[in-house]
Amino acid sequence: MTWLRMLATQLKYVNKAFWRNPASAFFTFAFPLMFLVVFTSLLGHHPITLQPGHTIDVSTYYVAAMAANAVISACYNYIAIGLAFQRDAGVLKRTRGTPIPGGVYIAGRLVHALFVSVILVVITAAYGRFFYHASLPTGTPLVEFLIMLLVGALAFCALGFAITCAIPNADAAPAVVNASMLPLLFLSGVFIPLTSTAPTWIIWVGRIFPVRHFALGMDAGFVGTTFNWMDVVVVAAWGLGALAVSLRFFSWEPKR
Amino acid sequence: MDATTDSCAISVVGLVKSYGATLALRGVDLEVRRGEIFALLGPNGAGKTTCVEIMEGFRHRDAGDVRVLGVDPDRQPMALKARIGIVLQSTGVDRYLSVAETIAMYSSYYPHPRPVDEIVALVGLDAKRDERVLRLSGGQQRRLDVAIALAGDPDLLFLDEPTTGFDPSARREVWDVIKNLRNLGKTVLLTTHFMDEAQYLADRLAVIADGRIVAEGDPDTLAGRDRMTATVRFSLPDHVAPPEDVALEMVATNTFALATLDVTRDLHRLTSWALDHHVDLGDLRVDRPTLEDVYLELTAAVTTKVVR
Repeated sequence: MTWLRMLATQLKYVNKAFWRNPASAFFTFAFPLMFLVVFTSLLGHHPITLQPGHTIDVSTYYVAAMAANAVISACYNYIAIGLAFQRDAGVLKRTRGTPIPGGVYIAGRLVHALFVSVILVVITAAYGRFFYHASLPTGTPLVEFLIMLLVGALAFCALGFAITCAIPNADAAPAVVNASMLPLLFLSGVFIPLTSTAPTWIIWVGRIFPVRHFALGMDAGFVGTTFNWMDVVVVAAWGLGALAVSLRFFSWEPKR
Repeated sequence: MDATTDSCAISVVGLVKSYGATLALRGVDLEVRRGEIFALLGPNGAGKTTCVEIMEGFRHRDAGDVRVLGVDPDRQPMALKARIGIVLQSTGVDRYLSVAETIAMYSSYYPHPRPVDEIVALVGLDAKRDERVLRLSGGQQRRLDVAIALAGDPDLLFLDEPTTGFDPSARREVWDVIKNLRNLGKTVLLTTHFMDEAQYLADRLAVIADGRIVAEGDPDTLAGRDRMTATVRFSLPDHVAPPEDVALEMVATNTFALATLDVTRDLHRLTSWALDHHVDLGDLRVDRPTLEDVYLELTAAVTTKVVR
């Protein structure tokens, strides 16, 4: 119970600080939504075949893809860059000198990232519904979608924790985060839909890394493609792997 | 808890710590009494921070016994953390929260926090209570650091080089806050390499050099400082000859110095002579070796030993 109360208090302050930092709020909120607007305006309104016999408007596709992108940036980017900055500024070390359990402190950041992800997905879905008449998941697809969203958000948070172990200092954080995630977003069909003509190696990148699996799981809810539990399993496995790396290598002290 | 641990906030016996092949601490013994401000002095790399971080529970020791408030920091880190406050050399806070919010957030981590407004007043940040942290000056941020360390109403505070890099007025601000802590009955362990800081703040101090304590005591009497040769200086008006029965050295025009081990007797002789001759001893002062002189001698001795 103390644990929960501490987490709630922690969450309150994380949230307060988040909204008061214009740069942080801009990058986590405006950026993914800007992508959604740009991609749908630029490439919208032509049919695209995702599965044999399943053709949809490309703008609907982007609503799902940008929802996935928003979750990744709210979890992976936000956690990794935020923690690297906090670590370098000595905030983490200071926290380590107080009796708050490390798990509660980390959970505060994680739950806040989930909270931001949900808001982003809701805004994206509302935008898609309003401007592109994208269908929204209901019934079983909704449950599947929510499971994918939760598992994906947790996994990308864990990956964000894990990548901080490889970030040498706060100045390098945005570069490391973007260099590790941007190529994957392109190669996983998030920015540009992958068709059957895509090169084999790109298909394999999508199969190995978690981004494509997460995007496919999110697609299923929005565009009505088949939901595949294997996607959830792969994403979850990456999350658990990242958790193991974090537990072993995560540092509360600045790297010098 | 027996009587010794009770009167003793920190007791360290035979503390050893090495980083790889480098021996950082080679058997440190230290005792900090409850309610005192204790300063740990030493050159950079002498082992100050390592020593303190072991007491705080940030690092594990290789050998020796450490008790902080009767608790072994290695065995019961959480129990200890609830009762100590730490001001690290360089630590940030979330810059977008206000002073009061920051203190309240840290208070929420402790079982028996001190009321936020009381802490704000203690460190003199009343006027900045609702200001965002990013708008505070360096001295104010340091006072906030102390405020955060006070959030859990700790019995013992660790201050690691609290004024390094500060201008004189910011240092004075922080010193006043630290002096205040003694009135609250807190024990303070302070590391510094500023002698004036130790002189001004500390009840007792220890000098650490090359991983060992080389001297320990009162700032005024450390390493027999009070018994060392003192120098009496004064100046005489033009055309007045100095007394002949005193071994004076003329250091400048009309200015004289007298090296003495018996200040009282020599000063008495000088002033009697001056009264008898109706002469004014201008700029009369007695200089003892400063804490800095003693410190430099102590740490230089160790360095030479190491080189040899």
